[in-house]
Amino acid sequence: MNFNKIYALGLRHLYLVMNSFPRVLDLIYWPTVQIFLWGFISKFFTLNSEYYNNTVGVILTAAILYDFLFRASISFNMMFLEEIWSRNFTNLFIAPIKIREIIAALTLTAIIRTLIGLVPAVIIAIPLFGVSVLHLGLPLIFLLIGLYLFGITLGLLVTSGLLRYGPSFENIAWASLFFLAPLGCIYYPIDILPDFLQIIAKGLPLVHIFEEMRNILINNSVNYFNIFKSISISVVYFIFGVIVFYFSYFGAKKRGTLINMGE
Amino acid sequence: MFIEIKNLSKIYNKYLAVDKINFHLEKNKTIGLLGPNGCGKTTTIGMMLGLVTPSSGEILIENKNLNSFGRDEILKRFNFASPYVELPKKLTVRQNLEIYGRLYGIKDLKKRINEISNDLEIKEFFERKTGELSSGQKNRVSLAKSLINKPEILLLDEPTASLDPDIGDFIRSYIQEYKSKNKVTVLLASHNMNEVERLCDSIIMMRRGKIIDKGTCNNLIEKHGRNNLEETFLKLARSKDEF
Repeated sequence: MNFNKIYALGLRHLYLVMNSFPRVLDLIYWPTVQIFLWGFISKFFTLNSEYYNNTVGVILTAAILYDFLFRASISFNMMFLEEIWSRNFTNLFIAPIKIREIIAALTLTAIIRTLIGLVPAVIIAIPLFGVSVLHLGLPLIFLLIGLYLFGITLGLLVTSGLLRYGPSFENIAWASLFFLAPLGCIYYPIDILPDFLQIIAKGLPLVHIFEEMRNILINNSVNYFNIFKSISISVVYFIFGVIVFYFSYFGAKKRGTLINMGE
Repeated sequence: MFIEIKNLSKIYNKYLAVDKINFHLEKNKTIGLLGPNGCGKTTTIGMMLGLVTPSSGEILIENKNLNSFGRDEILKRFNFASPYVELPKKLTVRQNLEIYGRLYGIKDLKKRINEISNDLEIKEFFERKTGELSSGQKNRVSLAKSLINKPEILLLDEPTASLDPDIGDFIRSYIQEYKSKNKVTVLLASHNMNEVERLCDSIIMMRRGKIIDKGTCNNLIEKHGRNNLEETFLKLARSKDEF
């Protein structure tokens, strides 16, 4: 791995954000709207639900963590799409940069884009709703690692689709996370799902992450085995995502879609 | 022999884009790749750049198969410019050159950017976003990017397409001047016959994925009994024979 090249590619996306105030605004706007919406819903449930009684911020914390996952995945996809939209694809793929360096650069830069959007929203939630994700304590770091890895995996799978099918796959980029959200048990316990869906849901790291988040906030206890399980599942998916990306890259070379890929 | 293309073919589904072509590039020479649209020029360039996997045949660089090189090892010796491939539009010219300079691992990057910007006269719009530039300015920036690593092998796909005669001449003169000062092997795909006559040491003519003739400009003009390269091109492009 050449870190100078990874830095160069990251810099390309940071310049893009820094050069445009509307882009920064766009990054911040959606997470903030989400926090406001779920903040009020959360407040209502807290006042009117037995399950959420005395557990201020469970839904809002879930919304923040879900948004983190969503932003990570979308950031990864967006950076890849930017290369297609700007017709820079050929230049990028003829530069002496390894495919794993491209993946590393997109993965590392996605966290910056994600944090630019999410940190202001998280800060707003503290005075406005009295909710801070920091209440999760040290396990928060591990939950975020699991979420981030899974978000990047979804990004890798969508970009693999872009390599395979071209820009027409773009719509899937936006829809990918909504497809998995019902199975992720973000706002409700897994018991709500029918039995057969529970089996599928347990194969996703999201269920373990959000169940553990609820466990920490409601029961005030931490089950590190659950956290370890969620990260392990995320790592397996991440490796799978990288393999699919490589397959798509070699497939694109065979089909010749790396030339002239543009809008 | 610097680069040798041996029996190179590419089939997309059932469409034969490049059909067992053979040619070679001598070190520090310029070869023109000519042919009507869709004749396989871009696919050939794509295969040389490692963007397209050949269906059969091989590309040898100094007698070593292209596939035996590491991706970054071989690509740092190449570069490419085409008006159909752009640089990130929302980044300034300086930012784009900086990023590509870093990707190509250029030492003393500031000096190199300064040098090439002065040579190509792009300093005046250095801080403007690339997407806001005129075609001529964009082509000069694209050429600057393609020369940032002082490539040993430079592939140019219609570098002066859609430019006014003044800018077109500027770019052709610059390529000529650059070649006289630097060691670089150039493969030039172009539809501008004056450009080809001016820049190329020899020519490869392609049609429907095949090489139909090759030689120096004068040889080909003489061989086909025409007055200039344009007429020769038309004869070869319209003929059904192989020469």
